[in-house]
Amino acid sequence: MTHVLTPDHVTNHGLSALGPKVTSLDPRLRIVLTALFAIVTVALSHLGALTLALLLSMTLLTVSGLPARKTLKRMAMMDSFIIFMLVLLPFTMPGTPIFTLWGVEASWEGLWRAVEIGLTANAVILMVLTLTGTMEPVTLGHALHALKTPERLVHLIMFTIRYIDVLREEYMRLRTSMKLRGFRPGTNWHTYRSFGYLVGMMLVRAMERSERILAAMKCRGFSGRIILLEEFRLRRSDISFAVLFALALVALVLIEVTHGAA
Amino acid sequence: MALLELNDIHFAYPGHDPVLSGASMQLNAGERLSIVGPNGAGKSTLLKIIMGLLPPTSGQMTAFGKPCRVEGDFHEVRRRIGLVFQDADDQLFCPTVAEDIAFGPLNLGKSKAEALEIVDRVLTQIGLMRLRDRVTHKLSGGEKRLISLAAVLAMEPEVLILDEPTNALDPENYARLIDILQGLDQSILLVSHDPEFRAKIAPEGYQLVKGVLTRL
Repeated sequence: MTHVLTPDHVTNHGLSALGPKVTSLDPRLRIVLTALFAIVTVALSHLGALTLALLLSMTLLTVSGLPARKTLKRMAMMDSFIIFMLVLLPFTMPGTPIFTLWGVEASWEGLWRAVEIGLTANAVILMVLTLTGTMEPVTLGHALHALKTPERLVHLIMFTIRYIDVLREEYMRLRTSMKLRGFRPGTNWHTYRSFGYLVGMMLVRAMERSERILAAMKCRGFSGRIILLEEFRLRRSDISFAVLFALALVALVLIEVTHGAA
Repeated sequence: MALLELNDIHFAYPGHDPVLSGASMQLNAGERLSIVGPNGAGKSTLLKIIMGLLPPTSGQMTAFGKPCRVEGDFHEVRRRIGLVFQDADDQLFCPTVAEDIAFGPLNLGKSKAEALEIVDRVLTQIGLMRLRDRVTHKLSGGEKRLISLAAVLAMEPEVLILDEPTNALDPENYARLIDILQGLDQSILLVSHDPEFRAKIAPEGYQLVKGVLTRL
């Protein structure tokens, strides 16, 4: 979903510019496996098992043929959200002290917990990027629908995909017209007020547009249900991939159970 | 028999001056009429009343020989009259072209296979089969316009209502639109400021001034 505005003009999931190998898998399967992987990884606490989970994500990344650097950069972006928590954790958790900084003690327990969270987060996010992030957003919507996600949520995704660009264009047009009339943002009331107007105008336009869209839908016989066309089929390669993936997950759980208790 | 008949329609948006004050018109089978009038004269409002999106304050609208008053009466009207909106972005709301064209037929209870068949037929008819699997928001303005027409044609309407169809069309798509429309056998009600386009599609019609329709 990170590429909502892909340059791709084609929705066929076999032609996605990114991840040529992963994209041949059934999108439903990719979502389910990602979810399973996330659940298992979050439940792990043994550092060895977590490292293996991260390795599994990494391996899949290399196999998938995704541009590794770009994907890792995306992963690092997520890290920037949690970095402060990770850095502060050793200082906030009580336990065996490692060292003291300005009178605050860092604990081993806190450090290990930080490592654990870091490994979990990165392993999961990398798997999400590799397996589901490579999907065309439209395909994701269809796959979620096929997985019996509530229709309203699926329609929300579909409408978002469809109109995010229209809204962005509207924003750009308004912004350009502001610029053309000499508007330069600064730290003053005029700027705040102008941006307020901009946001307000976008809300009003979005509201009006939604009414026009509903009218157009009614004119074509809309009665509360949108029927989606796409159908998915599991192939042999999907099944063998799923089996391998499940085995890896079982191995992770086994490591956790045999070593984690200690 | 008149396909569409408006009789003494009055309408005002709450808190504003009346937009329509006694508008009457008639569209017969096979007829192609245009409606002209200055900006804000109430042309779009008139179309909304025809489609049952706005209820008139008073007056009667009859479609296919039946009076239409409540929402339920208009389900039939919307199946048999196709309205092409002024802004194609309002109409194309599905992510892909094929899905958007299939939306109407699916609502009419067609199966997926039938709907896809209609999609292919309509796209072939307007010569845009190459756009079938494209993402709608990435089409050019002209392509969007033609696809929104295709989406309406997919419902096989008996009457086609076009609201400013030549907006944002380049000469090539303009010519193509004229070609397509001239090849159709539906009755047409056209709202357009473009005299050349009107002359080619629907030279006769009504003028909407001060809330009243007068025959040109």
